[in-house]
Amino acid sequence: MADATATLRKTPLSDLHERQGARMVPFAGWAMPVQYRGIVDEHHAVRRRAGMFDVSHMGRLFAVGADAARLLRSSLTYDVTRLREGQGHYTLLCNDDGGIVDDPYVYRLDEQRFLVVGNAANADRDRERIAARVELGMDAELLDRQEQTVMLAVQGPAAAGYLSRVLGPEVATLEKRRCTELPYLQYKLFVSRTGYTGEDGFELVTSAEAGRAIWRLLLAEGVEPCGLGARDTLRLEAALPLWGKDIDESTDPFEAGLGWVVSLDDGAEFAGRAALVRLKDAAAPSRRLACLRATDRGVVREGCPVLYDGAPAGVVTSGGYSPTLEASIAMAYLPPELAAEGTKLAVDVRGRKLAAVVVPRPFVAHAKTA
Amino acid sequence: MPSPNDRRYSKEHEWVLLRGDVAVVGITDYAQDQLGDIVYLDLPGAGTALRQFEKMGEIESVKAVSDLYAPLSGEVARGNDTLAEKPELVNSDPYGEGWLVELRPSDAGQVGQLMSAEEYDAFIAAEQRDEAIGP
Repeated sequence: MADATATLRKTPLSDLHERQGARMVPFAGWAMPVQYRGIVDEHHAVRRRAGMFDVSHMGRLFAVGADAARLLRSSLTYDVTRLREGQGHYTLLCNDDGGIVDDPYVYRLDEQRFLVVGNAANADRDRERIAARVELGMDAELLDRQEQTVMLAVQGPAAAGYLSRVLGPEVATLEKRRCTELPYLQYKLFVSRTGYTGEDGFELVTSAEAGRAIWRLLLAEGVEPCGLGARDTLRLEAALPLWGKDIDESTDPFEAGLGWVVSLDDGAEFAGRAALVRLKDAAAPSRRLACLRATDRGVVREGCPVLYDGAPAGVVTSGGYSPTLEASIAMAYLPPELAAEGTKLAVDVRGRKLAAVVVPRPFVAHAKTA
Repeated sequence: MPSPNDRRYSKEHEWVLLRGDVAVVGITDYAQDQLGDIVYLDLPGAGTALRQFEKMGEIESVKAVSDLYAPLSGEVARGNDTLAEKPELVNSDPYGEGWLVELRPSDAGQVGQLMSAEEYDAFIAAEQRDEAIGP
């Protein structure tokens, strides 16, 4: 099934995906698997056991040097100097107006080395924005390792068990949001206890060869290969925003409910700081990202108008079918008074008005670790 | 797998099975496979007048929403109510329990504008070939 994806970038695992019967689709310039067996089966595998995703399209940027922490502090909203070795944290990269340019995850490997994982579509821009903040005399270097490495996400209540069998039992001792580096084959293997599914899980970054070996071993162990389709339904159930849909340069961190990753107290100067201080000092945001659950049958999708008392109240930024709840769920920016839990709304799905209610986030709480 | 040869097919991937004076309509195995997990159907109610090759409803999979087209003109006799609770039947049994509507055709001659199983299989093979060549 070579295809309209011929001119797209391929991850080092793409032949394995195709052999596994994956349906490949274009995504942010990459040919990526959207599903193998089926989105719903893959989704349940992650919620109930374990699934794995090739996320090698994600940006992987190492910042190294004595001033790497200072460079990242001047680029990102979260105060990365607070991170100790082996800690990771969600953060944002903002423009001068406080709009969200990307929402990378940043890990501190040691005193002088950080890993910044950003969205595929923003990888080049993230690197350029951070590079632009390198000052004269700064000891900080940016190493883009998107091309040379693979990144895998192994997610689900049984992920720790499976990974222990493949990588050794020490993996299971890693705490949430922590990271470490292990030797694997003759390569370095970055492992973090993070993910984008709302479940317990791990993310790995290593060489193409090591990544292929680990993928095959996990497959043999029975870990379900999962595509971007399940990745999206899982992250939506966890109410994790997706850059380009729920957040982008026209949205600010506070209305998106991401004020908790904006550090202003340390006084450090960083991209967007002045605007973010103003936004924070202003009255409450004029809109908030809310979670909606349809109470009528049907599927609410991105772009559907949200109505309150028949009048427009917002637009769905992400919507779809929740395999866990067997109902449609969505996120939308709503005026604060309508974003309150329990508010009854309607969503216009191509002329059909579906009843919906504002629910607390996340839609689905994660399973207990097996 | 070849499509069942007891029925006729449209280019929109619906099938029609004539049974006395009613026509049973569904979507093909190829269509359900392309759509993926089906989670909701918006089907025309009994009594709705349909025109051949015009939109008669919608089918939602986890991935996307698609229009359903009437393969024949006529009046809807009944819809498959079971699908409200079990839309996944369209995936698991597209030619049987996953049928969509029964209609009373107003012009039996329209069946001639639909494809035989053999023609339909050639049609989807060509469609897959086009997809393989790309834009």
